[in-house]
Amino acid sequence: MSALILIELNGSEVNACSRAAITAASQLSDSIDALVLTNDASNSASVSKLAGINSVKMIVDDALENANVEVASKLIADAMSGYKYLVSGSSTYSKNILPRVGALLDVQPISDVCEIKSNNTFVRPLYAGNIMATVESSDDTIIMTVRATAFEHSGDGGSAEVEVLSSTIPESNSTFISLQESQSERPELTTAARIVSGGRGLGSKENFALIEQLADKLDAAVGASRAAVDAGFISNDYQVGQTGKVVAPQLYLAVGISGAIQHLAGMKDSQVIVVINNDPDAPMSRMADLVWQTDLFGALKELNEYQV
Amino acid sequence: MKIIIPIKRVLDPYTQARVNKQTEQVDLTNAKMAMNPFCEIAVEEALTLKESGAATETIAVSIGTDKTVDTLRTALAMGVDRAIFIKTESELDLQPLHVGKILANIIKREEAELIIMGKQAVDNDNNQTGQILSGLLDYSLGTFISQFDLSSDASSVEVSREIDSGIETRKLNLPAIVTVDLRLNEPRYASLPNIMKARSKPLETIELDSLGIDTSPRIKVISVVESGTKDRASKQISSAEELFSELNQMGVL
Repeated sequence: MSALILIELNGSEVNACSRAAITAASQLSDSIDALVLTNDASNSASVSKLAGINSVKMIVDDALENANVEVASKLIADAMSGYKYLVSGSSTYSKNILPRVGALLDVQPISDVCEIKSNNTFVRPLYAGNIMATVESSDDTIIMTVRATAFEHSGDGGSAEVEVLSSTIPESNSTFISLQESQSERPELTTAARIVSGGRGLGSKENFALIEQLADKLDAAVGASRAAVDAGFISNDYQVGQTGKVVAPQLYLAVGISGAIQHLAGMKDSQVIVVINNDPDAPMSRMADLVWQTDLFGALKELNEYQV
Repeated sequence: MKIIIPIKRVLDPYTQARVNKQTEQVDLTNAKMAMNPFCEIAVEEALTLKESGAATETIAVSIGTDKTVDTLRTALAMGVDRAIFIKTESELDLQPLHVGKILANIIKREEAELIIMGKQAVDNDNNQTGQILSGLLDYSLGTFISQFDLSSDASSVEVSREIDSGIETRKLNLPAIVTVDLRLNEPRYASLPNIMKARSKPLETIELDSLGIDTSPRIKVISVVESGTKDRASKQISSAEELFSELNQMGVL
């Protein structure tokens, strides 16, 4: 019962959520292959180094530079012949493509798996993570995305053979125009050990810079609530919550975030939660290990000036 | 150009989901229900297109028991032209693949070239139905969109997609399916006169059984538990020095 992992690349590097997918697949199968769709054959280097992978299947075509979902889903469906499982990390990349593969193979995919109970039984969140459901699939083929925060990230150390699949690239009805990428020198939000997150309480984009300053001091990633993103303080890819990113760092420091249920869903598994807020009744405070009830600007100034 | 907007009736998103301890399933008895918030955004976008003259007709579609009609009436009150109600005899656990097949049937019948729908429903959080539907129909697909621009000849749309690494812009040739994200627009409220008017708008009922679609569950929910957010024993602190000292002791710096 072999498994195929859809690998997501960031440039030439393997995305952390793909490493979580390998760990999840290793609980289902002892024969795991990796599938990479790329425009650059040299990108196989980082994939073949992954531990726990038998072989790397690669499809190389210029059309695959910016994953075109219509093309990718067809290629993946074709590559699934002989595999029982298709596993990928929960990212916008996989969430875009995998359900369409499910449609082509007549399989009902399973989203955001957090735990594997048996070869066809899984635990996944409903209602913004307020409910955890144990679900059993009766499909012959199982397609799933797994939460990167719920499984260890498999490391390097392998030396898998790379096989380039000779696939016919189908015609597509959509074209890539541009990617407005957020540039950041800071740790990546979903894998960071520490996150400093800001909410509506910051009041402006200029003030949000205080969050970034504190993040840099703590070598932390920057996060935000939906309210802060909607208000234009920071771009959407920093949003933590049900419709943003799910995180579980060692330290989550929430500043000026009241704690809407959708936000809590995205960070409640953090190891240590610190809340800085002037509202003692904010739902966020009840989740906190440490609460500093104060004017957040005063606190940020003090923290940013504090000599560690 | 016709626009179809598939919508879903869900537990009101500001209500806490509860588990029936006996059945180990989510208990929706007497729960307050509402239109899925992402569906409201989809309805709003379709109405904007109709008002700009780009669309000729907007059609809301939903699947469920008789109570689902309330949700369709809400869409009609917001301004949608007509509704199609796919009626089930009992509460079925319809999964995205089933819903995709049902919607594909209706879309073919209506010959609709543009489908606007929510990126996910806030009950099951699957984030799958639009993608599955696009695969079944072989329509082009734009997920998680925060901007939508129809070309002047209505042959394509340019969409901005909210993805993990930033904002991606793509051009989709029609027929297409887009799934909408939160920042696309602010949905309107239905005014009282429009709520009254919605009562006389056309609402067609189709029995699910008449479509001949296999809806036997592919995934069985064995049990559910409330995980929720656990309160922690919050310790009050009052200075940066105290905070850093605590964090050092906890070993998270």
